[in-house]
Amino acid sequence: MMRKFREKLPGRIFFLLALSSISVLALITVFIVVQGAPIIARVGVIDFVFGMSWAPSQGEYGIFPMIVGSLSVTLGAVVLGVPIGICCSIFLAEFAPVRLRNLFRPAIQLLAGIPSVVYGLWGLIFIVPFIRNYMGGPGLSILAGSVVLAIMILPTVISISEVSILALPPAYKEGALALGMTHWQAIRSVQLPAAKSGIVAAVILGIGRAIGETMAVIMLLGNAVALPSSILDPIRTLTTNIGIEMGYATGEHREALFATGIVLFVVIMILNSTAQTIVKRKKDQ
Amino acid sequence: MRVAMRATMRVAARAVMRAAARVAARVAGSCPTVCVRMALVLTIALCLGTLAACGSMPDSVIVVAGSTSVQPYAEVLAEEFEHQHSENGIDVQGGGSTAGVTAVESGIADIGMSSRSLKEAEQALWSIEIAKDGLAVIVHPQNPIADLSLTQVRGIYSGEISRWSELGGVGTQIHVIAREEGSGTRSAFEELVMGNHRITPRAIIQDSNGAVMQLVADDRNAVGFVSLGLVELHPDAVKALRLDGVEASGRNVVSGTYGLYRPFLFVTDGEPKGLTKQFVDFVLSAPGQQILEREGLVPVTADREDEG
Repeated sequence: MMRKFREKLPGRIFFLLALSSISVLALITVFIVVQGAPIIARVGVIDFVFGMSWAPSQGEYGIFPMIVGSLSVTLGAVVLGVPIGICCSIFLAEFAPVRLRNLFRPAIQLLAGIPSVVYGLWGLIFIVPFIRNYMGGPGLSILAGSVVLAIMILPTVISISEVSILALPPAYKEGALALGMTHWQAIRSVQLPAAKSGIVAAVILGIGRAIGETMAVIMLLGNAVALPSSILDPIRTLTTNIGIEMGYATGEHREALFATGIVLFVVIMILNSTAQTIVKRKKDQ
Repeated sequence: MRVAMRATMRVAARAVMRAAARVAARVAGSCPTVCVRMALVLTIALCLGTLAACGSMPDSVIVVAGSTSVQPYAEVLAEEFEHQHSENGIDVQGGGSTAGVTAVESGIADIGMSSRSLKEAEQALWSIEIAKDGLAVIVHPQNPIADLSLTQVRGIYSGEISRWSELGGVGTQIHVIAREEGSGTRSAFEELVMGNHRITPRAIIQDSNGAVMQLVADDRNAVGFVSLGLVELHPDAVKALRLDGVEASGRNVVSGTYGLYRPFLFVTDGEPKGLTKQFVDFVLSAPGQQILEREGLVPVTADREDEG
């Protein structure tokens, strides 16, 4: 009797602890929706999501420029960061000598550990003046944010694609080489296509990281609420809208920021479920 | 003195924590596996410890919260006040003018700081002006423009004027920098300069006076607006423009020739009493006002002397 109890107790406790993390998720979701939904209902979903004017003091709540902002900065980060990340993971998985690999891996992990405010500060001191002096515009721009976000998503992209290349059955590469392919041919036409779903998942997780980043982009994007005409224009993302205005917001304005959070939540949920479907499809194969 | 008091509190709290841990250990002693036992000890100790720490706060602390423009000055005043009355504590917090007023209404803060006049709905509260702060329109020190009219500033911020060449400067695009929605500095600027016009959505938004100033100091094509007190503390970093020929200075705010200024208010729920009254009196006293003047604000006493 006592032994049975002892055997079961840890399982129960771990279940309770696991439940607490799920319930936190539920609490956050309920909280954001309860706080933000009324204003969306009042303004109307279409007017809120596609509205062009954000002026809380005038009662205008349109977040379309910020959705464009989030998407364009993220796209910029992907365009700049993903090719570098994938090339780096191929290098680490296939070409790097052991000693170099042992140097690169911890360095990349370290990159993931740098706080985002430090990235922001670095961007503000090096990237922003560079863009202002050599490319024009105020410097605080989509480009500045994209460059820094590209660096910030590198660790995610590199480590997950590297793992997915390394996880391939060795027979794939051996077979390709046995058929007379060169090393590069084997990588290009056998290993990369086979690791494709893992690499895609890496990219989607990188996108999730980029779209959710707040602190660094507050410092680098300039936070203007207008549609940009070039990548040198300032812009505001969904996250920075919350970050920059929450300190002062009251009443309806505050609700509108929670509503911005709902939109962000939906976007990130779509991304995460896409990533999971892709990873799952890979396992099913 | 205050530091010493805090240290004593910390020692006391630690002793309580240790006692709590012992209690927790005894309770958990009857439980099975080591891992579970340790988890229990930690949880109980933390709960008891937190309770103990909450219970040992001193009574004589007042909370001052609100405008981030007033906050740095209030901090200096609080430090000086605590220096003189070591048994009391002044806890200064930010949050913004509106949040400060709300905090006073709901009783969370004893004094609210506001960097704008009270709105009609807020008139029921007791308020007193502790100083005046000018708003300076600033540009890069190397910008050839030194004087603009209020209409021109409005034109820049509404987006009608977009190049420096339209104002007689070098022909590049103007990088307009403003504060975020809800900021007291922004609403004062809107009230005093913009009238019915709106600040262009293309404006770059920064969330503090310091950030605006740094950006203008780095960018030759930028224009921004910040607290005049801040500009007078760092006169070489940026250039404050003359408005309609009047220099932006504390003296011109006092004399009323420089029109861009807003009141810094202390707001309380009813007439201040006790420690709150002591602190308000200190701020309005000659030494308090001298501190504010030294930090770059326009004291209210100067104003009164002028009138008298």
